[in-house]
This record gives sequence, C-alpha cells and structure tokens, in this order.
Amino acid sequence: MEKLFLLFDENLILIYLLIFTVILGFEVISKVPTVLHTPLMSGANAISGVVIIGAILLIRNADPSDYVTLSLGALGAVLGMINVVGGFAVTNRMLKMFTKKKK
Amino acid sequence: MLTTVVNISYLMGATAFVIGLRQMSSPDTAQKGNFLATLGMGIAIAATILIPLSGASNNYLWIFGAMIAGGIIGYVSAKKIKMTAMPQMVSVFNGLGGACAVVLAITELIHFSDGRITVTDGQLLILLLTLLIGSIAFTGSMLAYAKLQGLVNDKQVSLPKHNVINIIFLGILLAACVYVFMTQDDPSLLWILLVMVLALVYGFSFVAPIGGADMPVVISLLNAFTGLSAAAAGLIYANKIMLVGGILVGSAGIILTVLMCNAMNRSLFNVLIGGFGENNHSAKTGEDDQLAKEITYTDLAIQLFYSESVIIVPGYGLAVAQAQKVVKRMDNLLSANGVDVKYAIHPVAGRMPGHMNVLLAEADVPYPKLLDMEDANEAMPNTDMVLVIGANDVVNPAAYDDPSSPVYGMPVINVWEAKNVVIMKRSMSPGYAGIQNQLFFHHKAKMLFGDAKASLENLIDEIKTIS
Repeated sequence: MEKLFLLFDENLILIYLLIFTVILGFEVISKVPTVLHTPLMSGANAISGVVIIGAILLIRNADPSDYVTLSLGALGAVLGMINVVGGFAVTNRMLKMFTKKKK
Repeated sequence: MLTTVVNISYLMGATAFVIGLRQMSSPDTAQKGNFLATLGMGIAIAATILIPLSGASNNYLWIFGAMIAGGIIGYVSAKKIKMTAMPQMVSVFNGLGGACAVVLAITELIHFSDGRITVTDGQLLILLLTLLIGSIAFTGSMLAYAKLQGLVNDKQVSLPKHNVINIIFLGILLAACVYVFMTQDDPSLLWILLVMVLALVYGFSFVAPIGGADMPVVISLLNAFTGLSAAAAGLIYANKIMLVGGILVGSAGIILTVLMCNAMNRSLFNVLIGGFGENNHSAKTGEDDQLAKEITYTDLAIQLFYSESVIIVPGYGLAVAQAQKVVKRMDNLLSANGVDVKYAIHPVAGRMPGHMNVLLAEADVPYPKLLDMEDANEAMPNTDMVLVIGANDVVNPAAYDDPSSPVYGMPVINVWEAKNVVIMKRSMSPGYAGIQNQLFFHHKAKMLFGDAKASLENLIDEIKTIS
C-alpha cells in the first residue's frame, strides 16, 4: 500500500495529464456527424501511429553491434511508419471527396 | 537549448493532434484538421530524431532506412487501394500500429529477461500491458480485415459458446501475465513469449464471434486499443507526445465506437457479446409460397423516364460492382429529361458510416442530391420510383414489425412508402446481416436481378432508346 501511495505522489503530474487527456478526447469529437465517422476513425488511427517515436528511440539507444535490437527496432519503425503515412494519406483521400463536391 | 526546442516541438505536436481531431469532426474543416495532425506528427518525429540522447549511438542509417521503407509502403497502399476497400485498409494500418507496440514491448522484455535492463514493478506492468493491448489490436485488426475482405466468414472462425471460451481464455492470459510479474526476480523469456503468443491468439479469438456487419464498430474499438498501447509504450520511454497522442486516440476512439453503435441502434455490449445474425433462426424468412415479381429493363426504363421524382438508395452491392459512376450517368440522363433524381443515404450504407457519401462523391454526385435518412423518409410518399441498388438490410421493413429480427429497431429507409420500388440485386440471397427481407415480396416491389453495373448499363441503353 505504501508503495502505491508513493507511486501516486511521484507521478501526480502524469496522472493529471492522463485524466485531462481522456476528457479532452471525449469532448473533442462528441459532436461529429455520421458522414465523418469513417474519416475521423481513419485520422485517429493515423495519430495512434505516434508509437513510431518509441521505435526511433529504441534504435537510437541501441548498441550498433546489437543486431537483434536494431532489427526489431527497424521492424517497429517500418510498421509504425506504414500506420502513420498510410493512415494520413488514406484519410486525406477520403476527405478530398468531401471538399470536391461542395463547389 | 536543443532540448528546449525538442520539448517545444513535442508541445506543438500534441496541440496539433488535439486541434486536428477537433477540426476533423466538422465537414468544413476536416481536411485542414487532417493536414494539421499530419504536420504535428512530422514535427514530433523530426524532434525525436534530433533529441540529444547521452551516450546514444543513434544508428541513423537504420532509422532512415526503416522510415523510408515504411513510408513508401504506407503511401503506395493508401494511394492504390480502391475506395470500396477503404474500411479494411484502415483496419490493416491500425493493426500494424498495434504490431509496432508489440515489437517495442517484446524488445524491452527481452532486454529485461537477459538482465540488460532492470525495471521497477510499475514499468514491468506497463510493458506487459503494452504487449497485451498491442497484440489484441494487431491480430484483431487483421481478422477484421479478412472478414471485410471476404477472406473468411463468421462461421469459419467462431466456435459454439465462443464468448464463454473468450472469457476463460482471457483469464488464462492474465494468469500468465501475473506469473511473469511474480517471477520477475528470475525472469524467463519463454514465459514472456508465451504471454505474447497467447495475446496474439486472443486477438483473433476476440474478434472471431463478432458478426461481419458489426466489423466497423470493432475496427473503431481496436483503433482505441492501438491508441492505448501507444500511450502505454509512451510510459516505457517516458515520452509525453506518445502518451498524449495515444490517450487521445484511446478516448476519442471509444466515444467514436459508441457513436457508431448509436447510429446503428445497437449497444456496444450487444456488438461484443450478441453476435449479429446469430439469433436469426427465429426471424421470418421468405416463405415458399411467396414469389418476388421481376421487372424487365424496358419496363423499368419507361417507368423511370416518366417519373417526376426518383430516389436511388445505394448500398454495398453498388460499391462492390464499382457502379457509382454508371449511376451518375443514368442520373445525368434522367435529369436531362426533367426527372428529379435524389439519393437516400442510410447512415451505415456501405460498410461504414459515411462510406457511401465518399463513393458517390468520387463519382461527382453533387452534395445537394444526397438526402440523409430523415429527409429521405419524409420525401418517400411523394416519390414516384425508388431504385434500391445493392442495398438490403437498410431497407428491411422487419426493423419496424418483426421483433424477432436482428435488425428490429434499427432505423431504416421506408422505401415501401414510395409509389413504386424496384430492387436491383444479384440474387435473392439475404443481406450482410444474414436475414431475409420481406420487402422483396411487398406488393409495390419488383426485382431486377444481375450485377449492378451491368444492369445499370442495360438500363441506360433502354432509356436512351426512349429519349
């Protein structure tokens, strides 16, 4: 129990950040029209590709002769990059359709 | 100095994510929002490459090689994919993001197991959490892709009492995690790998019993999972933008999942546990003495030509046949002859909310011609002819009058209120939800069988001979 209190006290700012971000996420898209559900999901999916940053940090910190870590990190970076680039590109393609028909 | 620049960049990136998402939820600003979020991601990635790390060997060649490879694969597949296959593409992208989190977690866990790094209790928990959520998002998304692509059907992958099996499975999975956690003083790589394999299999098993028609909702949920796994990975690296971006997607994804469920009048619990179309044995099926009436191209062409108002109800069948451009040609032909042509778009027409709007926009159908469900239902009684093209469940009257039907209570387009209804369909087979449609036997309804594109082309030729 003591440990748990300590964990809470030490990470207080982080816990604040966590809770406020959750609320922000809920609020930011709570009023979205049905037609935008798919593009919005796709856009959010692209943002979740932010995980690629972890892969970059992993590679940068790896020992240059540690090929296992380097290969795994590179695999992570490839996967993450597909998520980011593909996600944003496909979202853009979908949203282009919406602006085109408004003219 | 450089550290400050990097910190400011992360702050800008995170802000861009929030504002981008906000703008993406309104049609006018959506494209700008996506651009802003992309920019935020670019800044965050650039900052991560530049951030000064003490004693790091950087290995930039590996980073750039991997990023370029991934970037090209992602870009080309996003450009090449057909608009109709977009939902499953999003699912694949999402799954790969989850896979990235799995790779990160397992790499750190390997380092932990061979004693290269030491972790606190909290860090070990977070690593296991990243591994779990990421794995479920990965294999779950891949199965969702396979289902949407039609590579597997629901019956092939689900077992009897699959939900019970899943709960037991989850219990075993969590027990394995607890074992790894308890034995952390003498870590075993074998057990860590076992947890990973179990979690990967669980991802499949989690999605397996969920009906194909509910796949969009599941993809949205798995998207939230990927976000959460990214956030958990952010805790491993004490990286704030991963944390903020991940949590943002996690919570936005969950609320979006709920909104999608509402659009289909289903609860999330029903989607996950109910199994669409699983309990349909009690639903009314077409009785043997009922016969659907067919209509010929010539008759339909004449009826369309002399109608004052026509409403087209497009469904996934139209998308599959790639017929949206042919529809537009028929629309032009009829409009040129004074027929008022409109399109009624059900919120979940196609495979996902908004999917049909995108497909019709691709064919240059002007925005004002698209009616949403409420407006379409209001216009129905004054409509001479409704043309249902490749849609089924969204025009099923069982939603009103058959409590035993799985679509009961779902809002539908009341096409039977129009003066005439013609349903263009490949065959009499039931729709995506796997249930029969009484509309086909309605006294106002006539059927026109065949591939949507070929049928429409024949129809256009017939109309041309009259006009």
